[in-house]
Parts: sequence; C-alpha cells; structure tokens
Amino acid sequence: MAINSQHIVIIGGGPAGLEAASCLGTAGYRVTVLEKEKQTGGKLLIWDKLFPEFRNSDKVLNHLSNGFKTNPPQILTNAEVVSVIPENGQHRINLRDGQAFQADTVLITTGFKLYNAEKKEEYGYQIYENVITSFDLEKQLKTGNPIRIEAGLTPRRIAFIHCVGSRDIKSGNIYCSRTCCITGVKQAIEIKRRLSDAEVFNFYMDLRMFGQNFEELYIEAQQKWGVTFIRGRVSEIAENKDNSLQLKAEDTLSGRPIKMSFDLVVLLAGMVPEPRTVEIGKSAGLEFTSGNFLAGLDSHISQNETNTPGIFIAGTCREPLSVAETLTDARAATVKMISWLRENETSHKKPLIKRDND
Amino acid sequence: METEGKKRVWEEYQKEIADDHYFYVRSCIRQTFFPGSETTFLKILQNDLKKDVFEDARHTTCTGIGYHTDIVPLETTMTVIARHFALMTEAGYVNIIPSCVTSFGLYTEVLDTWRHFPEIEAKIREYLWKATKREFKVPENLVHTSDIIYKFRNRIKDLSKVSLINKKTGLPLNVVEHIGCHYSKMFPQSGVGGAEFPAVLTGMIEAWGGTVIDYPERRHCCGFGFRQYLVKANRGYSVSNSKKKFESMQPYQPDFMVANCPGCSMFLDRWQYTIAEMEGITYDSNGTGIPVLTYEEMAGLVMGYSPWDIGLQMHQVSVEPLLDKLGIEYKKEDKYLGSNGQNIGEPQKPMFLIV
Amino acid sequence: MKDWGYSILKGRQIDFENNDFSIAEYITKHEPSFRWCIGCGSCTATCSAARLTDFNPRKLKLLIQRGEIKGLADEIAKCMLCGKCQLVCPRGINTRNVIQNIKRALNTCHAL
Ligand SMILES: Cc1cc2nc3c(=O)[nH]c(=O)nc-3n(C[C@H](O)[C@H](O)[C@H](O)COP(=O)(O)OP(=O)(O)OC[C@H]3O[C@@H](n4cnc5c(N)ncnc54)[C@H](O)[C@@H]3O)c2cc1C
Ligand code: SF4
Ligand code: SF4
Ligand code: SF4
Repeated sequence: MAINSQHIVIIGGGPAGLEAASCLGTAGYRVTVLEKEKQTGGKLLIWDKLFPEFRNSDKVLNHLSNGFKTNPPQILTNAEVVSVIPENGQHRINLRDGQAFQADTVLITTGFKLYNAEKKEEYGYQIYENVITSFDLEKQLKTGNPIRIEAGLTPRRIAFIHCVGSRDIKSGNIYCSRTCCITGVKQAIEIKRRLSDAEVFNFYMDLRMFGQNFEELYIEAQQKWGVTFIRGRVSEIAENKDNSLQLKAEDTLSGRPIKMSFDLVVLLAGMVPEPRTVEIGKSAGLEFTSGNFLAGLDSHISQNETNTPGIFIAGTCREPLSVAETLTDARAATVKMISWLRENETSHKKPLIKRDND
Repeated sequence: METEGKKRVWEEYQKEIADDHYFYVRSCIRQTFFPGSETTFLKILQNDLKKDVFEDARHTTCTGIGYHTDIVPLETTMTVIARHFALMTEAGYVNIIPSCVTSFGLYTEVLDTWRHFPEIEAKIREYLWKATKREFKVPENLVHTSDIIYKFRNRIKDLSKVSLINKKTGLPLNVVEHIGCHYSKMFPQSGVGGAEFPAVLTGMIEAWGGTVIDYPERRHCCGFGFRQYLVKANRGYSVSNSKKKFESMQPYQPDFMVANCPGCSMFLDRWQYTIAEMEGITYDSNGTGIPVLTYEEMAGLVMGYSPWDIGLQMHQVSVEPLLDKLGIEYKKEDKYLGSNGQNIGEPQKPMFLIV
Repeated sequence: MKDWGYSILKGRQIDFENNDFSIAEYITKHEPSFRWCIGCGSCTATCSAARLTDFNPRKLKLLIQRGEIKGLADEIAKCMLCGKCQLVCPRGINTRNVIQNIKRALNTCHAL
C-alpha cells in the first residue's frame, strides 16, 4: 500500500528498473515503471546462464518480481519514453505514442545496447556465416538446442574475440565494456560443457576479471575446461573455402604473428548507450560521459544523481555493469531518491498518474 | 558468404565520381609494364563513351616511388604534385584522374595534409611559384581511373562483345580481384567500397558476368612495397608476399587475376615466373600460371578489342588459356607484331613456366 | 641453377594448422598444470639460466603450446633445474616437472 503520494516514474524495466521499483515500493512510494518492450526483464530475458555461478537468468528475474509483494509498482509495457522535460518542479515524461506522465522524480534505467559488430568490417559479421556475436550465442544457448554452425555441423574449434567495439578508437569507443571478458569466459565454459571435444580459444588484450569469483572462473576455464587464452587482438577474419574462418592475430607473448582456422567465431561485442537514451538525456538537460553514457554528478560520491535535480540514473545506462553491480547500483539510487523526495516534500500532492491526453 | 552484409558495407563507402571532363595523369611505370592499358582506357573513354579526357605531355612522375623509397623529400613530392595541379588548372579542368594507385594515394594524402595544415599548402604554393611561376587550384574531384571504369561499368556492359564467362561451360569465370594498398587502406573513405571489402573491381567483374573469389589472403599486400623490391637483396620479402597470396587463392582455381595498381599487376604476373623458376611450382593446374590483367585490359577484352592491340603480349604469364576460355579469337602469329606490323622480337622461354 | 641474389622467405607466422602438438600433448597429460600459465613472466625474471643466456622459460612453454618446437632440445638444455621458477609461479604451476616432462617428451616423441 502506498503511504506516500509522491510519484516516481522509472524508465526502463530491466534489472536496474525492477530492483529500484521493488526497493521504492517497499519503502512505501508510488512507482510507475515504463517499459518499451512487451515484457519487463531487459537483457535477462535473452541471456541463458549468468556468470559467475551459471545460475539461470530466470532465477534473477524471479527474485526481481518477488520484490513486488508488499507494494507493487504500476508496470506499463509497450511504453517507450522519448523525452523527459523538467516542468514546474516536476517532470513531464513523454511516450512515443503521445501519452505523457507527470512525476516528482524520475529514475532512468534504460540499460545498454550491444555494439553493432558489423561496423568492425575486418571481422565480417553478417558477411561470414559463422561469425556471430556473444548476443547471438546467448540466444542460441537459451534454446537448449545443440550448438551448430550454419552448415548444420558441430563446431570443433571456436574462437572468442574480446574487445569488439570497445577499447578501440576506430570504433569510436575507447572505454572498456567491463563485462565482456567474463562473458567470454562464461560462454567458453558453456560451450565446453556442451561440446567437450571442442577446442576453445579466447583472443584478448587484457583479461579484466574484476568481480567476485571472476578470476576463479578464469582459472576454472583453464584448469577444468582446457580453454586456451591467447593474448593478442585479432586483426582480421577471412573465410576459407570450406566456410571455416581464418584469423590473424599476434601471439604477443611469443612475439610472433599467428594464423589459425576456426569453425565458429564469437565476437564479444561491447556495450553502447541506447540512442534513445541519449535523446532522453538531452531533453532532460543531462550530461554525458566520454562514451556517451548518462553521467552522474560525481564519479565518487554521487554517481546516481544528475545535474538536473530530481532525475536519477542507475544501471548500464550510465556505465557498463554486471547484473550484480546493476542491482547494487539501483538500490543505491533509490536511497538518493528517497532523501531527495524528503527534502522536497512540501510541493506536490497530485493524483496518482495524470495522463495529459485523457 | 552473405552478400547483403557486404552491400551494407559498400553503401558506407560511396564516393563522388565526376561524370565527364577529366584531366588524365599517367603512371610512370605502367607504360613499360603493361603498355596497352592506358591507351585502352583512353580509347574506351574517348571513342566508346564519348568522354572528354585531356592529357598534357608536360606531366611527369608524381615521384611516388622515390618518395616511398625515402629518396625524394616530401616537400619536393608535394611541389611536383602541385605542378600537376597547375597543369590541370591551366588546361581549364577540375577533375583529376591518376592512372596509378600510388599516385592516387599520394595525391589523396597531399590534399588531406593541406586540409589539416594550410600553412604547408601555402609553403608549397610558394615553392611552385619560385620554381616555375605557376599557380593552381586544388582539384574538385580526385578519383582513380579504376573508379571511372567502375562508374561506367554498366555502360560498358551495354556496349560489350565478350562476357567474363567460360564459353565452353557457360559458367562465370572465377576472378581474383586485387586492390592496390594505397587505393583505400590509408583513406578508406576515398575508395569505392572501403578498404576491407573494396567494390571497385568487384563491381566491374560482376557487371561483366564473372564471379569474385574471396580467398583468405585477399587483403594481403602484393609485396611490391617499393624499397622491398627496388633493393635486390630485399626482393625475398616482395616475392614471399605474393607467394602467400598465390597459395591462398590456389584452391579456388582462379581463371585470372585483375588488379588496379601498376605495381600489383606487375608483381602478381612476374613473380609467378620467379617462383616457378625457383621452386618449380605454378598455382594453376597446367603449369602456365594464372593470367593477370589490369582492369583496363579486362575492360578492353570485354569491349572486344584485339588482345594484341591492348598489349597482352607483354605479360609474363600467357593470357592465351584465358582468351580460349572467353572464346576470344586471336592469331598466335600476330602476338609479337608491333603496331607498324613489324616483329618486335620474342622473349626467351622460361625453364619451368609454360608459355 | 640461376643465382637470383635473393630467396623466398619462410614465414615467421605461427601456422597453427600445420604445427606439431605432440610434445604439448605429452606434457599436458603428465603435468596438466602446464596449461595454466598466464604469461606473467615471473619464472623468466627469476630464472638462473635466463640471467646468463637467452633462455626464456615462459616463452618456451608458450611456443610448445603453439606447436613451435624447432630447436627445443638445445633450449631446454640451458635449464639448471634449480626450481626457482616453481617458487615464484602465481598459478602454482609445477614448472620444474614441466621441464622434466619436456625432456621426457623429447626422448619419447621426437629424436630432436
Ligand atoms: C552478451 C552478454 C552477456 C551477459 N551476461 C551476463 C551474465 O552472465 N551475468 C551478469 O551479471 N551480467 C551479464 N551481462 C550484463 C547484463 O546484461 C547487464 O548487467 C544488465 O542487463 C544491466 O541491466 P540494466 O537494467 O541496466 O539494462 P537492460 O538489461 O538493458 O534493461 C534496460 C531496460 O530498459 C528498457 N528501455 C530501454 N529504453 C527504453 C525507453 N526509451 N523507454 C522505455 N523502456 C526502455 C529496455 O527495453 C530494457 O527492458 C551480459 C551482457 C552481455 C552483453
Ligand atoms: S571487459 Fe574485456 S573484452 Fe570487454 S572491453 Fe574490457 S577488456 Fe575488452
Ligand atoms: S628450474 Fe630451470 S627454468 Fe626454472 S628457474 Fe631454474 S633454470 Fe630457470
Ligand atoms: S611464473 Fe607461472 S604463470 Fe608466470 S609465466 Fe611462469 S609459468 Fe607462467
């Protein structure tokens, strides 16, 4: 039951949005979640198992919906937000279909988009049949069907290429997408679990195993699953006559160029901001990081507050994060929102949701 | 291979190619390597397509080879190129079309340098004035001559007499296309189709009925590399690069190769002889090697020109097997007749390569 | 034969498809920790032999894994079997046993 008449709108019903909604609901606030897709859950709807413990993504989704028992938020799906305009101390949230909402405070949790790997022409994504992205692989793994390459055969040698569209000035993104290294380790292990005879190689520039149990997973990949890690960025992929793929890299630790053939190549494409999020940010007068993610006020002490009072950000719309970090970030944002609402309590006692066009 | 994905890449790299009124600048080395190519280009453009192409006999080398071998200083190179621009300006042209990929790359690089550093352009203008009392306008349109043929590939198809199809089997010929590094690797935006999947030669081959082979070492340099070839002791680098390409294309059994750069056509052709003599191998099944054409020669054959008029007798790897596949009639005894009808002399026979 | 004044070069590229993995397989079988290396270089930094020769135990192990085994017997002869490398390895690799197994592998798989 809502005890507080102030109204909070959360834009984006992915892990960050849902976690924040349950925290704010438990604290007694009236929350509306606007989700552009027909279902909430964000990328968790697509991913198969989650690093680092190989838990099914459904488990986390269940946790998120369990949070709604005491004071469930109003969830609107097929509701794509296009702009947020600060208006008389409140915020007007415009949807693509012309609807509008009024809120005392807004939390943006619109997540990330996968880097368009087609742009790295030298890797031939969407040109060579057996070059796929981590996203495509995740979808394939989720079907539970056996892993097959285009010709219907079982792949015997598989490569993962790290840093596709990240840490690369040519792709326009110099930042690290942070979760692709561990995703590469997760997916390499998952492939070995399903195809124990396959040889799996990860081509990396640095392995960034920052999170809890990440380094352990890396060691497991080497020790238990025999995954080989080659330090060197792949410079180009070409197709052999039998549709297998020839990769060129430098094996930097031996100081020699290396040429290898693979049946399947998985591009660990990075995270980029949703173009729509950039538009929303501009409409709300927000600032951006150098990678065009939404920027917090301060990188140490207020990552979730923005330069527009009353607008908060959480999750991967502000920087690449894992699910665990995203959830922590969402909870942190709610604390800041609650204190902001308390400080600004006096002004608005408005009906639950006001739709301007009805 | 998904052609849709390639087409999306190509759309990213479309460039403006002027429609008419070209100031043509020749390559300094091509006229000895493949002497019929440039004449063929002019014939197609002027006689068949009725385009206005102007040449100035006072045009010289662009110094590209000297520049890339660290012999000619950049300022000199720029001043020589500025002089070419001046000849163009004096002739009343604004579209310049170098026949050489090295020149094209260098012109592009020079113009780009001037855009970033106008003070350098000012200095070069001063040098040119002091040396020759000439002035110039920078060209409005700079494209390589292969871009021109690419632009008119469908017109050429309409006028064509021969298709890139095996007359006996009716199947498209398998063609290896090789793009000179300096066509688009330095400035991908300045090449049709960009640097990873250049469309300039592919467009011609496909328009004229052939299929393009996408072999793994397609993007690899032919190995010319200037310094690497010019110093005899370094030639091992050069030939080894070509060899890498031949080995990679061999399983696809190409009917011929086509290149848009003077150096590439030269080395892909001549190194087959060298490798054959050194190691006793060729990369075709008959021991005759894989014929190499320049894109003008390819266009000339498609237009029905006589192989000996367009200079195919100057190739190291015999073109006859290709002519037979294309169903082009030729007289063996005319091969070494010059334009005056006199015998120009026959080359010695190699030990291993069958000619 | 004609003297060309130059010759065709053998590539420096590691040609994985055509390399010899018999030694790597032998070592992995007898000392699985061989494959846990992260290339940190501690072993080479501390190696008694590396101080006096161009011996590089890190690189040697890596090249074996890539199937590059030319000259291996001469290389491995430089090791003094002092065991210092094992002391420093952060991955707990039994480097000394790896070396022993390289020697054994050379005797069993190859007469290099
Ligand atoms: C291939 C891959 C595998 C991964 N695997 C793992 C893993 O195993 N474990 C792990 O911890 N992390 C993993 N991650 C990271 C994980 O996906 C993110 O941490 C997580 O999705 C971030 O949640 P989010 O809510 O910030 O964003 P998202 O999951 O992107 O959710 C954003 C939501 O907002 C909605 N939205 C966007 N724009 C609008 C708008 N304008 N209006 C309304 N709604 C909008 C979207 O539809 C979506 O529902 C992986 C990432 C990748 C790329
Ligand atoms: S997490 Fe790893 S793969 Fe991803 S950008 Fe960073 S270093 Fe590259
Ligand atoms: S055992 Fe051999 S490799 Fe290890 S430190 Fe001693 S000499 Fe070096
Ligand atoms: S110390 Fe261990 S992990 Fe480091 S390079 Fe040597 S063997 Fe590899």
